[in-house]
Amino acid sequence: MSGGNGIAIDVKGLTKSFGGREVVHDLSMQVKRGSIYGFLGPNGSGKTTTIRILCGLLTPDSGEGTCLGYDIRRDAEKIKRQVGYMTQRFSLYQDLSVRENLEFVARLYGLRDARGAARDMIKRLGLSGREEQLAGELSGGWKQRLALGACTLPSPKLLLLDEPTAGVDPKARRDFWNEIHALAADGLTVLVSTHYMDEAERCHEIAYIAYGHLLVHGTVEEVIAKSALTTYTVTGEDLNELTAALTGKPGIDMVAPFGTSLHVSGRDVAALEASIAPWREKSGLHWHQSSPSLEDVFIELMGRSKDNFQ
Amino acid sequence: MSAVDGPEPRHAIRERFGFWRRSYAMLIKEFIQLRRDRVSFAMIVMLPVMQLLLFGYAINTTPHNLPSAVLLQEDSDLARSILKALENTAYFRFIYEVHDVDDFDNLLKSGKVLFGVEIPRGFERAVRRGDRPALLVAADATDPVAASAAIGSLGMVVQTALKHDLYIGNPPEMPFEIRAHARYNPAAASSLNIVPGLVGTILTMTMLIFTALSVTREVERGTMESLLSMPIRPVEVMFGKIIPYVLVGFVQAFLIIGIGVGLFGVPVLGNLFLLALLSTLFITTNLAVGYTISTLVQNQLQAMQMSMMFFLPSILLSGFMFPFAGMPAWAQYVGECLPLTHYLRIVRAIMLKGASMQNLRFDALALAVLMLLAMTIAVTRFRRTLD
Repeated sequence: MSGGNGIAIDVKGLTKSFGGREVVHDLSMQVKRGSIYGFLGPNGSGKTTTIRILCGLLTPDSGEGTCLGYDIRRDAEKIKRQVGYMTQRFSLYQDLSVRENLEFVARLYGLRDARGAARDMIKRLGLSGREEQLAGELSGGWKQRLALGACTLPSPKLLLLDEPTAGVDPKARRDFWNEIHALAADGLTVLVSTHYMDEAERCHEIAYIAYGHLLVHGTVEEVIAKSALTTYTVTGEDLNELTAALTGKPGIDMVAPFGTSLHVSGRDVAALEASIAPWREKSGLHWHQSSPSLEDVFIELMGRSKDNFQ
Repeated sequence: MSAVDGPEPRHAIRERFGFWRRSYAMLIKEFIQLRRDRVSFAMIVMLPVMQLLLFGYAINTTPHNLPSAVLLQEDSDLARSILKALENTAYFRFIYEVHDVDDFDNLLKSGKVLFGVEIPRGFERAVRRGDRPALLVAADATDPVAASAAIGSLGMVVQTALKHDLYIGNPPEMPFEIRAHARYNPAAASSLNIVPGLVGTILTMTMLIFTALSVTREVERGTMESLLSMPIRPVEVMFGKIIPYVLVGFVQAFLIIGIGVGLFGVPVLGNLFLLALLSTLFITTNLAVGYTISTLVQNQLQAMQMSMMFFLPSILLSGFMFPFAGMPAWAQYVGECLPLTHYLRIVRAIMLKGASMQNLRFDALALAVLMLLAMTIAVTRFRRTLD
């Protein structure tokens, strides 16, 4: 039964090693049905491996769980029928046309009218007029749309998207996310990994994973609140000098430039304020306390996890 | 109660005939890819035509006009007529006439001639006396095929020459005796034997390579990740990848046999339907072996290398290059494990001897066993995950 408990993905203690190196460590997560779940973390943090375990492409060394109510170890074939997986690298056939690729997927899943389904999808993707073009000749943005079209064609209940918008222009990225929100509104569950903060903020829930460990998860607000980070934003002149002076001072966990301003963050408010005190009255600098952005939180998490696991 | 039952929606998923449906999806995809791949497509036609013309015309194992030299130490009528007779066989073409042993040796050593005939001093007189003088023939045996056919002709030729020009009624026993006996191919035309052999060899080569590359290509292009995430089973992938090439193999076989019959006058004495049936079995066996290779290797280069590892013994130990019966026992055992060995027997027997299924039961069965074995290995070896 693909349980009606409102949980699409429910896994516990997933561990996976390649050649003695642990890529995913004791990972547990729950994803609600109909939600968009963002998967964040640096390169090589185990995001792709986790996604592959969820869709049955990899077997975990230990751990268990269900995907759409099916056991991830025993029912991989059933999971594959209801999950659309969009790989990080374009993995449709480059030497097949747009139409042929979609028809192939439709036939494989046994859609009643493969040609018709492919035609509908081409229209929906806005690819009309390009249906006979070879997939390999499409631009990055179109390739990614086609890939999304191919994995939504058999009407899956869960979409696993592995960095779907890497290398795609902002306009195409925005369209892509609108499409994902439309799909989620229809009840589809989406798990998407990304590096972009603006994309993370468009997710209902996010998880941050580094070196195989899931460090934090929740809504964007929750994640920011959990970080217990205090951030001051500085604008003014000679910010480079200030950066050099503040870096490494007690209480200051992170100094990061954002355009013409500087974000100074730390978890220990008292120590942070003590360290910046000498600079607060300096002329030409304008200080004000702000809530940390998601990016602040992640950069800080990334820095911290590096100390812990490397 | 539901409202009026409309037609089933387009996106409804059918559960029946899943196996055939998925194999069919794979098959269509492979066909389109093959059609797009112009180089492969050209190879399907060019390879058999080229090989056939090369083997049929250029590589003639019954050599003609072999460059030869004669060391003439006696200028007698008998010597002249022996040389004339030798030249008349069309095997030899005397391009050097020398009178010195060193010159003679050098010609052979340098490869300027493949044959040397030495007529010693006092040859004619010795023959007349009945002394059985030696007519020395030196052959460059680095090419045993060329040498043996020509040597084989010598005995007869010289005997005829002696009888004709000689002054003695019954020529003495020759110093060498070579008996040529060519059954089914009385003219010893090698194309008769080679064309059927080529059908098997070309099919082995092309079929093996096509499928050997098929799985690794998907892995290298990254499409395997997508394919594995879809609900398709290993057997279905295999069928989808093998079936299009059965057709390709069939076209090739038809092409080779057609040219063989048309250009080289090779007969097809047996039943064409039987030939087609057993050829299809052989084609499928090779495709299965190639597919197995592709599930064993990591990349396309390894796939090519492994195909060659299979192809070479196929050529050498199947009876294509050397007579099967003449091989040592161990080589014969290896040969029995190769599909080509059995197919060569089948195709030669059907085309040249008009054999029936009754005669070929063993070889047909052997092919079927090899095919099932390869398919079983392939399906078990096919990795359903990326682990």
